[in-house]
Amino acid sequence: MTTHVELRSGAYADSVTLLQVSRDVAATEGVEAAQVAMATALNVEVLGGMGFDVPPASPNDMVVAIRAADDDAVRRGLTAVDQALAGAVRRPSGPAELAAHRTTAAALRDTPGALVLVSTPGASAAVEAMDALDAGCDVMLFSDNVPVEQEIAIKRVAHERGLLVMGPDCGTAVVGGLGLGFANVVRPGPVGIVAASGTGCQQLLALLDHAGVGVTSALGVGGRDLSAEVGGLATREALRRLDADESVELVVVVSKPPAPEVAAEIEAYAASLGTPVELALLGAGLPDLTVAAESVLARLGHEVPTWPVRVPGAAHMGGRGDLLHGLFVGGTNCSEARFVVESALAMDGRSTDGHTFTDFGDDEYTSGRAHPMIDPTIRLEHLERVGADDRTGVVLLDVVLGHGAEPDPATALAPVIAQVPQPVVVTLVGTDHDPQDRHRQSEALAEAGAEVHLSNAGAARRAVELLTDKMGGGS
Amino acid sequence: MDTPTTVVNVGTDLLAAAVEAQAAAVTRVDWRPPMPGTEDDLVAVATDPLRADANVRALTAMLEVQATLVDVAPASEVLGLERGQFLHAGPPIGWDRAAGPLRGALMGGAALEGLVDDPEDAVALFESGSSVSLEPCHHRGTVGPMAGVVTPSMWMWVLEDQRTGRRTFCSLNEGLGKVLRYGAYSPEVLTRLRWMGDVLGPLLQRAVRATTESQGPVDVTGILTQMLQMGDEAHNRNRAGTLMLLRDLSPAMVAAGDPADVAEALRFVGGNDHFFLNLAMPACKLALDAARGIEGSTMVVAMARNGTDFGIQVAGTGEEWFTGPAQLADGLYLGDFGPDDANPDIGDSAITETAGIGGFAMATAPAIVRFVGGSVPDALATTRRMHEITLGENPRWSVPVLEFQGTPTGIDVARVCRTGILPQINTGMAGKVAGVGQVGAGLVTPPAEIFPAALARLAELARARG
Repeated sequence: MTTHVELRSGAYADSVTLLQVSRDVAATEGVEAAQVAMATALNVEVLGGMGFDVPPASPNDMVVAIRAADDDAVRRGLTAVDQALAGAVRRPSGPAELAAHRTTAAALRDTPGALVLVSTPGASAAVEAMDALDAGCDVMLFSDNVPVEQEIAIKRVAHERGLLVMGPDCGTAVVGGLGLGFANVVRPGPVGIVAASGTGCQQLLALLDHAGVGVTSALGVGGRDLSAEVGGLATREALRRLDADESVELVVVVSKPPAPEVAAEIEAYAASLGTPVELALLGAGLPDLTVAAESVLARLGHEVPTWPVRVPGAAHMGGRGDLLHGLFVGGTNCSEARFVVESALAMDGRSTDGHTFTDFGDDEYTSGRAHPMIDPTIRLEHLERVGADDRTGVVLLDVVLGHGAEPDPATALAPVIAQVPQPVVVTLVGTDHDPQDRHRQSEALAEAGAEVHLSNAGAARRAVELLTDKMGGGS
Repeated sequence: MDTPTTVVNVGTDLLAAAVEAQAAAVTRVDWRPPMPGTEDDLVAVATDPLRADANVRALTAMLEVQATLVDVAPASEVLGLERGQFLHAGPPIGWDRAAGPLRGALMGGAALEGLVDDPEDAVALFESGSSVSLEPCHHRGTVGPMAGVVTPSMWMWVLEDQRTGRRTFCSLNEGLGKVLRYGAYSPEVLTRLRWMGDVLGPLLQRAVRATTESQGPVDVTGILTQMLQMGDEAHNRNRAGTLMLLRDLSPAMVAAGDPADVAEALRFVGGNDHFFLNLAMPACKLALDAARGIEGSTMVVAMARNGTDFGIQVAGTGEEWFTGPAQLADGLYLGDFGPDDANPDIGDSAITETAGIGGFAMATAPAIVRFVGGSVPDALATTRRMHEITLGENPRWSVPVLEFQGTPTGIDVARVCRTGILPQINTGMAGKVAGVGQVGAGLVTPPAEIFPAALARLAELARARG
């Protein structure tokens, strides 16, 4: 067995590209493990976990790590690295002889009035966003790790100019029917959404779509927008835009509870608008998103459907443990599940200790890595570990579909779920129009033994039930 | 809300592909990390409330300038330069750190002014430093090609912005080969300079004054507009510009002097394809000086080299120079000369690139791409690449082969740091030994580190304003 670790300073590719490169190299004959990644602290840790010893490096260095049967296989792996990197070089979108622009400002000279979608590393996102605002364009900041003072600075500028900054850390938006980031394919309709949470927005989109209610615009504002520091600058602008849209009959604001002074201001602003505004606030002791969706349906005079549950082909009943482990790609799915589970346990007078809820989309798992909706590696590793742990009683997962997400998440997840002895409950957020096809994904996951829900709150309650059943059986 | 027709995607390509899958047009930005360590300063500058407006004002001020030729006169008169005072190209420097070509030019200049009989004796004079002083041309509204040495007796072009009355100055061009500005100081060099002072200067003065009186001053900015459409980039090729200047001045020259002197002068100018460079340079400086001192602006207003250091000045940072080591040009050598003979980059002529021509307008001068060691596609790509680091375009100076797109104008310190693209300069190469003269020509860039240094200062000023 031969191990090769090399640093390439000055080389750069984004995390999604490097994910593909790593996969290509790992598939080379004789290569046992391979990882090509920028040397962020997180990636160095992941490489360490894979048994690679990375010399001191900066996040601007690219690490190429290969473990293979022999020197020849390492060489083949390195050739594959070079080929994959060369193949990943992005083609300019204009005529062949024109190189692509290097800044947003330069690109906007050719395409004035474009909407700008920024997903650079957080430290550089504000600069690109300012290019957009200087050119009078709205911007969606998919980037995370943007310091709050930078968020405030750019949102103040946008506010002065009547422009919209969606984000930072805005994973999902639908603008006039166009999905940006991780967006589900939904039918157009009378609901407008202002969301401080990407996956919260996606859950609402999926539930409303299932109930036959469409959404034409869902504007993300970033998780901190309604904090006292940011003061809801983007929320106000998003409300103004949706209010001006004749096709919007009802606006829903999805957010954690705002800072009190901001809440009063936003409520007063919402009251001044011609379009009714419904607040769907997320948190302990507050109605969950499924309840919020039901309330929206009621307000629009729509019938509330039964939220679909796909029971598994052969349910897992193994594992003697009594702990619930939630492994999530969506931050809001994660926190909502925790509130539901903890409140259900508390109501039964049981301890909430030891149960875990992990959001793999959190900044600490994404520095220099693609989001887990794109790169499932880290969560899959955790899932294997949790399944092998005797203390585990039930596993709760979410799978999020839509544009931008993995093309076929069930393919990677199903074999690992099949190996988990404990009951597995999955929230599958998506619609039947999504590129991945919710129905097909649901079948594959159920086939592997998971129980599949559309409602995240429903899935969380079901997980508690399964835990209780087991404990009942065990005592 | 309206559905966006176009999305500009900067970052992961996956998100662009997802938008394209919905049949919307996507323009992809080829984003790469900025120069190391500049992230925080870039944000500070990007979010500086003064920046956007300051840069618009700087660019507008620069583009509004119309440079006209109003006079020719000795430096002692128009600059008040006194015996023992020497101007030189680039940022400030003393004799101790001066490179060979600059030393050679200073030695020749000392002999020209009669401070020494033999140029070699000037070494002791400059080493003692007692009766001589060195000052950058830029500090006196002047620009000088290569060594850029100006002494009191040299005759200067005087350019004026008619709207404001501001003026800039440049010496008369001596031609190519063994010339003072390349550090040569042999007797033939000094003889030529004396003829220029005794005959050419006074003749041009009479001609320029007569022309101005009869038909108004020669429009130097206008000649630049035309020459850029005639194969000149106005740094390494000034052939069309020189001929147009002759067209404008020769009637008055013929009427202004002894026929033998006029013939000699016409032959000299006609035989020196670079004669117009010394008008292009002060025209560029006149335009760029209009943008100086604009608080918050990140636009470069001067790039200049003294053969040792490369320096830039920025609109928003006053008179401060940000300097680093001058680089060796990459290009072609004359005769037997090779890389070991060349001195690092020297001269104020990078003022042309600062104003958006020279290397920035390479696409319009395909005839000389081989001279600087390139190809025609390289030339087109270079001009396009310079648009990535500039604030705007010059509507007057357009490039036919690029569909009459204006030249890339107003180098933005921030965009240089963001893209890592360095300004491309066309340059002549001087021999590194004093007295040798020109050894070649080629392409060169500034040392990268001066841009983050300027950016850090801009960021510091922005933070201090709060």
